[in-house]
Amino acid sequence: MKKLEFDIPVITHYPKTPAVQPDAMAHCQPFIAKTEHQESLGFPGELVENWHDKAIEKMGELLGKYRSLQVFMDSCVKCGACTDKCHYFLGTADPKNMPVARQDLMRKVYRRYFTFAGKHFPKLVGAIDLTKEVLDDWYKYYHQCSECRRCSVYCPYGIDTAEITMAGREILASVGVGQKYSNEIIGKVFKIGNNLGLPEPALVDTLEGLEEEVKEDTDVDVRFPVDQKGADVLLVTPSADFFAEPHVDGLIGYAKVFHQAGISWTLSSHASEAANFGMFIGSQDNMQRVAMRVREAALELGVKRIIVGECGHAWRVAYSFWNTLIGPFDFLDPNYPAPQHICESTYDLIQQGALKFNKEENDDKVVTFHDSCNVSRASRMGTMPGGQFVIPRALIKASCNHFVDMRQETIHEGTFCCGGGGGLLTDDLLELRIKGALPRVQALHEVIEDHGVTHMAAICAICKSQFTKVLPSYGMGMDMIISVHQLVGDALELGKER
Amino acid sequence: MYFVSILYAGLFYLATLILVIGVARKVYIYSRIPAPLKIPTTPAPTTKSGVAARLFREVVLFESLFKASKWTWLFGWVFHFGLLLALLRHLRYFTDPVWSWVGVIQSAGVYAGYAMVFGLLGLWGRRIFVDRVKYISSPSDHLMLALILAIAGSGLLMKYIFHTDVVTLKLFMLGLLQFQIKLLPGDPVLLIHLGLVICLMSIFPISKLLHAPGLFFSPTRNQADNPRERRHMSGGSRA
Ligand code: SF4
Ligand code: SF4
Repeated sequence: MKKLEFDIPVITHYPKTPAVQPDAMAHCQPFIAKTEHQESLGFPGELVENWHDKAIEKMGELLGKYRSLQVFMDSCVKCGACTDKCHYFLGTADPKNMPVARQDLMRKVYRRYFTFAGKHFPKLVGAIDLTKEVLDDWYKYYHQCSECRRCSVYCPYGIDTAEITMAGREILASVGVGQKYSNEIIGKVFKIGNNLGLPEPALVDTLEGLEEEVKEDTDVDVRFPVDQKGADVLLVTPSADFFAEPHVDGLIGYAKVFHQAGISWTLSSHASEAANFGMFIGSQDNMQRVAMRVREAALELGVKRIIVGECGHAWRVAYSFWNTLIGPFDFLDPNYPAPQHICESTYDLIQQGALKFNKEENDDKVVTFHDSCNVSRASRMGTMPGGQFVIPRALIKASCNHFVDMRQETIHEGTFCCGGGGGLLTDDLLELRIKGALPRVQALHEVIEDHGVTHMAAICAICKSQFTKVLPSYGMGMDMIISVHQLVGDALELGKER
Repeated sequence: MYFVSILYAGLFYLATLILVIGVARKVYIYSRIPAPLKIPTTPAPTTKSGVAARLFREVVLFESLFKASKWTWLFGWVFHFGLLLALLRHLRYFTDPVWSWVGVIQSAGVYAGYAMVFGLLGLWGRRIFVDRVKYISSPSDHLMLALILAIAGSGLLMKYIFHTDVVTLKLFMLGLLQFQIKLLPGDPVLLIHLGLVICLMSIFPISKLLHAPGLFFSPTRNQADNPRERRHMSGGSRA
């Protein structure tokens, strides 16, 4: 690896809120999207000449389109309750990474152009003109937010900085400055069907490889079907599950569960991607376009259920938005939630006694669980609020003897983002990713010291990739991070009578 | 003195108009803008009554703020409930005969003034001494605290030191309610107190005081978590 040009944060015994260091991350921004990647999503190829007027116009349009944005622009009282809640602030000390300050980058402009006080008394209320410097700041700091919503938990008015970040990114893209990483990926989905640009033959090949691998390991014929018409279940999973480590072991886990429960299922080459980066760039149109492939695939294959694999933001899009964007799902079996999370499905099977586990298989591990932000704060599992915390833990406990949770304020709704969510999982933001992981790593370090934790399980493709990359910077093994369904799959008793 | 009475009466009417029309306009705007997607911050209630309970807890207990910062919660909560009690106590100037429960809270209402001052000083202290809060504060944030502190302070001064003629004052206020201009006592502290209140009423709809109606329109708080059970459609949902 190239030598890093920044210091890795030090893990202190107790989490600490840093003193503000203005502009500590002013040098950090992701690559700007090239013309082709902008245009394939319907955005101008480069910064348009009249960007100032266009940006203000777009902002006005969004204020009339999203109640959240309008209400959040007006309601903040600068109480400061959110200032120490963002992992990027805690990891970088840059005050513009405090949620309210991130919002203020836009709020100051909002006040100047859209409010009485800001038009007539700009200095008094901190209103500013939209200059090129301000636009640059937007680009930098709206790409130092992973849209994790931790701030929205603590704000007395529920102000969700993620909504403002999304609006900021949409305005930026609409004047020609999109982010390369996200836009390029969305383009691949439109062209090929998944984020990795993995075409159908390669997908089939990979899955055949997995069948052989499982056969060798277990001597059981576990299938990984693609485009199988008439299957009951369409599994939509992040494409990283097809070959990234440790993701693929999760996919093997899903397949084993389906096999053992006797569920007929299939993947789709048309919708071979659960991820939906349309959400990250704040573009509802693109989000809908990406999601529509799932509806098309489900209808084409004639399935009765749709199950979504382990992926945080994908689950948010699926759970919270699919019904609105690509529903109604009246063609699916009404006895199952549509869509259903793979953890919900496995959990139900366990409740029904359809799966037996040999927990000793995981006795070499002491496991903790990382709640992914989008699952925790933007969706649900099961029928009860908070089911998203109970169900994955129940799966882990069903398949492992040794489980401990991390510090209370860092789990459940207070969980810290892995540092790579929201379209930031790119190497041009490595410094941000490493620093932003600090609060999570800190809590992990604590349970390693106190309880000898060896593995952290997650249910998100981004979390898995991010931790694999950044844990070594903190002196931890990259293989500490595993899929929940890897634990499930390893402990599941295969082939015995059901 | 008659001129001052007319001036204040006029200003009161104007400020009331600004407050009512300004806030009503904002509420109307908020209610017209669609919330195209389901975005409650979860775990969230799955039913309407659950949402009502959540909003109730936010309004009455400041639930989220409590989770965030115990000090800010303490100062903020004490200030707001001091304010509420003080406002209710002032109803005695607008009701004749005074409603019985307003009579009952009079003695408690006095402490409300102190509670407000305590809370405001605490909040201001955070603005000055906590580097993060200092960073996000604009001049208007300090002025707002100064304004409300001055209102509370002048009120307490009248209670304990510069007593004003409350009987005449009450006649003036009751007169306003019947669109009659009666004599307003000319004590400077009273005029300052009322002048600042007029100020506060007038800036309400153009300032961060909009957080009051805003909370009820915040989609992260007022939406039920039921997107799979009910298809959410609102304005721009259909792109
Ligand atoms: S959404 Fe998450 S990353 Fe963005 S400001 Fe809030 S806490 Fe920080
Ligand atoms: S917690 Fe909410 S109201 Fe308070 S400063 Fe942060 S965004 Fe503003």
